[in-house]
Amino acid sequence: MSSLNKSNFFKFINSYLPIIFLFFSVLNEFDLNYLKIDNFSFNFVFILIFYWTLRSPDHLGYFSIFLAGIINDVVIGTPIGISSFCYLLICVVTSYIRQITLSPKFINDWFSFLVAIFLVNSIQVLILDLIFLVEINYMRYLINSGFTFIFYPLFYFLFNSFNDKIYLKKND
Amino acid sequence: MATGRDDFVIAIRSAFLKKKDKQKFSLISLIFLSLLIIFLSNLNLKLIKDIRVGINEVIYRSSYFVSIPENKLEEFKIKLKEHLALYKDYKNIKNELDDLKQNNLSVDYLKLENEKLRRLINENISSNEILAKVIIDKESPFFKSIIINKGSKDKVKLGMAIMDENYLVGQIIEVNFTSSRALLLTDLNSKIPVIVQPPNFQAVASGTGKHYGIIEYTKDDIKEDLNKKDRIVYTSGQAGLFKPGIPIGQILKNSNNQIKFFSDFSQLDYVKIVKFNMN
Repeated sequence: MSSLNKSNFFKFINSYLPIIFLFFSVLNEFDLNYLKIDNFSFNFVFILIFYWTLRSPDHLGYFSIFLAGIINDVVIGTPIGISSFCYLLICVVTSYIRQITLSPKFINDWFSFLVAIFLVNSIQVLILDLIFLVEINYMRYLINSGFTFIFYPLFYFLFNSFNDKIYLKKND
Repeated sequence: MATGRDDFVIAIRSAFLKKKDKQKFSLISLIFLSLLIIFLSNLNLKLIKDIRVGINEVIYRSSYFVSIPENKLEEFKIKLKEHLALYKDYKNIKNELDDLKQNNLSVDYLKLENEKLRRLINENISSNEILAKVIIDKESPFFKSIIINKGSKDKVKLGMAIMDENYLVGQIIEVNFTSSRALLLTDLNSKIPVIVQPPNFQAVASGTGKHYGIIEYTKDDIKEDLNKKDRIVYTSGQAGLFKPGIPIGQILKNSNNQIKFFSDFSQLDYVKIVKFNMN
């Protein structure tokens, strides 16, 4: 009985893990910036949202993503609403890809991700620079986008194996 | 051709409007909601300000608790590093102490002379200090700021100086009830009027988004001269927010005019919030 309860508990935790990861990473800014490597940064949240809303959208609700964006803005200090808007734009891209794709392929996903991050970062820079008049270092955004793109395969395979586990447990 | 365009429109429409089984909100409604929030956060209404302060308070505290494990790891790493470099540090500090002891005598004399001269021209600078703990110091690649645990409840106001011991590290840019955000000198948007000594010329110290600052708004020939020897950067007091003479950093010889800040902004635990009263 207790093992049954335990397994139910783990199933429950597993299915909510993408949301837990999302909130943990926006509250804690998980992006390895504390390593203080010059000209290195990447956006883990973009990768997480892109993968889960593309491959397993039932595990990451749009409202959670919206809330995560609000939290990210408050923690970083950008005007409230910008990150939510950007995260939701990623969801639009993934939702569009889901509509037009019958059999998903990693390479297609990866290059669609490049388009998504450039689109989202460009919109974010435009809003911050032109509307809120915040001085922006364009090169840092470019570097951030580049590393986010490069890191995608690593997290793709990690999330993929994790997603398979969730799927198997669900169908146990 | 028309069919291709129709397919595109159908796919876009489905992407925006169609909800998956477990999604409670459609994307379009949430996108409009975030645009509304961006628009409202730009307005200067009291109700919106109060709501924003409430959200900030809750999120800052949550972020502080979530960051505890990472902060402990960071602390451990620093302590380990310090222990490993103990003997080398001891030697350096001993030499520095000898030098400082010698300099201290002349500094005491200069202090007295400075006070006497200020009295002579009826200039009086006093300050109120509040000690605050840094609760969040996330290293964002784009924005450099810290959150401290003192707010309007403790009479913190916009523009007050943030100091680490005797060094300037930033200024208050957002005040909540029990917390505030301070913009660090390393942020791209930080511009502080300074004096570079020697030869005592005025300039503006600007952040770069990296760990160092740069000198802006000076003549090109002065900029070229800066590289020739070591110089100290102090606040000039021109904007009326900070008192003149607060040490900020130094420009080392042949360092491409980079200001190396005296304070290590990644190691801030406690800071002083200072309001200067200048008559």
